[in-house]
Amino acid sequence: MSRIILPLIGLALLAIVPLIVTDYGLGLLIGAATYVTLASAWALFSGQTHYISLATVAFYGTGAYTVAVLNETLGYGAVLLCAALIGGTIALVVGLATLRLRGVYFVIFSFGLAELVRQLITWYEVNVTGTLGRYIFLDITTRQIYWQMLGLAAITIALTAWIHRSRLGMALRVIGDDETVAAHSGINLARVKLLAFVLSAVILTLAGAITSPRYVYVEPSIVFNPTISFLTVIMALLGGANRLWGPTLGAVPLFLIFEWLSSNFPDSYPILLGLLFIGVVFLVPNGLIASTERLLGKAKGARG
Amino acid sequence: MLSTTLILGLVLGGTYALLALGLTLQYGIARIMNLAYGEFTLIAAFLVVASFQHLGVPPLVALPFVTIAGYGFGWLLYQVMMRPLVARSGSSGRLEVDSILATFGLLFLIQGVLLVGFGANFTSISYLDRGIDVLGVSVALNRLIAFAICVLAGGALVVALQKTRWGLIMRAVALTPGSAPLVGIDVNRVARQGFAIGSALAATAGASISMYQTFSATGGVVFTMKALVIVIMGGVGNVPGALAAGLALGLLETFVATAIDPGLTLAATFAIFLLVLLWRPQGLFGART
Amino acid sequence: MSFLEIDRAVKQFGGLRAVSDVSFTLEKGEVVGLLGPNGSGKTTLINLVSGALPATSGDIRLDGLRLTGLSRDRIARAGVARTFQLVRTLPSLSLVENVMITAVFGRHAHWGAAARRVALGALEMVGLSDRAGVAAADLTYIDQKRLELARALAAEPEILLLDEWLAGLNPTELAEGVALIRTLHQGGLTILMVEHIIDAVRALCPRVVVMNSGELIADAPTDIALADPMVVSAYLGGEVDA
Repeated sequence: MSRIILPLIGLALLAIVPLIVTDYGLGLLIGAATYVTLASAWALFSGQTHYISLATVAFYGTGAYTVAVLNETLGYGAVLLCAALIGGTIALVVGLATLRLRGVYFVIFSFGLAELVRQLITWYEVNVTGTLGRYIFLDITTRQIYWQMLGLAAITIALTAWIHRSRLGMALRVIGDDETVAAHSGINLARVKLLAFVLSAVILTLAGAITSPRYVYVEPSIVFNPTISFLTVIMALLGGANRLWGPTLGAVPLFLIFEWLSSNFPDSYPILLGLLFIGVVFLVPNGLIASTERLLGKAKGARG
Repeated sequence: MLSTTLILGLVLGGTYALLALGLTLQYGIARIMNLAYGEFTLIAAFLVVASFQHLGVPPLVALPFVTIAGYGFGWLLYQVMMRPLVARSGSSGRLEVDSILATFGLLFLIQGVLLVGFGANFTSISYLDRGIDVLGVSVALNRLIAFAICVLAGGALVVALQKTRWGLIMRAVALTPGSAPLVGIDVNRVARQGFAIGSALAATAGASISMYQTFSATGGVVFTMKALVIVIMGGVGNVPGALAAGLALGLLETFVATAIDPGLTLAATFAIFLLVLLWRPQGLFGART
Repeated sequence: MSFLEIDRAVKQFGGLRAVSDVSFTLEKGEVVGLLGPNGSGKTTLINLVSGALPATSGDIRLDGLRLTGLSRDRIARAGVARTFQLVRTLPSLSLVENVMITAVFGRHAHWGAAARRVALGALEMVGLSDRAGVAAADLTYIDQKRLELARALAAEPEILLLDEWLAGLNPTELAEGVALIRTLHQGGLTILMVEHIIDAVRALCPRVVVMNSGELIADAPTDIALADPMVVSAYLGGEVDA
């Protein structure tokens, strides 16, 4: 029971925090909630299957840009729905083309996807609509953005927990270990991978859509910032991408560290990021949770 | 008009082919999917430009030094960074994911260093840029030189791989890294060499790019992307395939840029990539299984 | 109509015809050995039946259902289970999870307690039930082979394809393995087994089919086939395996 009750209590506490913090604090909370969502959604697909997606910002940016384009013509709910549909469709097309092949093709494609979407939107805006750069005027308070993002994070983690216990989760884990065995055991590889990838992409797109009012002014080069993809991957890896709470555990501290680094060392920020990333790959390849468990296990073994 | 596109496309394709050669060696022989490859070329490009602007060293003189430095850089990087990953993964197939992640980190690290060192602005130099008449089309001399470098380096590599004992060993490791040790091949040494030569080629490509193209510290991803697409088109580890695919991509891009819109060249690259993946994922020149 | 029908199966790799017009049938409950020197196309044939490779031409039917052209997972769900020549276990999963997957994703689509029961039953058969919770990465080679067989059994298959499952076992383990396969046979399972160990083949298979250079050169009771001059020269002409 405590597996459900404790997170719910935590969620309730997090929901009332904005009533007491400053605007700056609230900004940090939104950022942390956003990265918890992004890292968890990323891990939902990539953590289990080891298909490393470098395309987080392609979906995040698509979500933000959809809001920027549609916010004056449609109601907020309808805009979110459109964003989810668009993100899901892109994921479906990309997945259909690349997920039936070896993982490396998928990685390469996802690597360039954000740049591709960015250039296509830029080209379209410049040549067809003639408006590069858009404003988002929505009647949404910062607190509401926080609550929405907190809700999305909670949904993502709950969904992940459910998937971990479902046939889908089991299929994903088998695929991550050995696709040949998976196929000969009766798992429909393409369908399982596609389903998880699209689910993950829809959440990433919604995260971009929900935070977009914070930007006020949106332009492809702002919302398709590759650093977002990069941060998402490193956060999920640090905590442990195949664990339920791994991405959260990586996202919160790293987000705070990155905030501090980017305001105090703006010039050397990318260097520090790169070093940190390489450090994670070499030192905690299976994530902090797994490393801690191993250390504890060893300590236990030494005592016993 | 058509002949202009054809010649300019071939010249651009030459650089792309050179760019892709290094990547196909790194992935084909060393099994490292190097996402920081474009940043390798940028380091070389910035070094050539800096030594030209500040020390007055002509890029053509700097080029051999940059190439040798590229080899050393790749050698060192393989030894320090990639070798431990190879050792850790053993035969578990984990190397692919690990190398992707490690070089993804390296990408940001190098980009950060370049930003600190050279700033975020676009850089270019004017060097040997007078027009030369080629079959009635005026082509800048620096582009022709870049093309000549590609033909020389690429041709030498093809001959070396096909005709020498060294090339045979390289190809053996590329085909079956598992059984190469059975015939006395030191796979680690060969992989390191493959990675280092790949870096040297990246540096050569970077130096030739710096002579005629505008570039910036954040543009490495696009180079990597194009090189990757060419490698897939040509078939992984297939050197002649990469050369042909590189030329083809150069032609395609020039055609799209002149006939449709320069803003859509990357989209065209991706479209080709998608077509190849859907139609012949083993590469245009690979054997069908 | 036979239970498994292989009708003029062909697999072409470029200029190499790895499987050339091979036809034979298995009746339900039969245990048949698939013999032949190295490179004769045995594993390729197993791959054609299990869908790992698409056949260039020909027909393969299981109980009337055409398998050729179906994907690997569809064929698995149709009741074909297999082991691999080079053992494939799932290192990050526990033993019971390793075995459970075929019960979950196979044709009976068990879930929860039922899937667990099937998996534990299969582990019991191969003698691994006391270690159900252990990670598969920690197993010895012979135990990995056992685990793989348990995984195939948990699919509750119509037909079991064994690709040199007995290879690499020591004499004691070999005797255990032979006894295990005999038990499966007595339980009514249909088995097609690629095998080099002739003693085991004699002990288990009343009938064998023999391949050489992609072609079927014998399909006869085991004693007769093994005395056939064509079969003998195929083995002696090629490399002889222990």
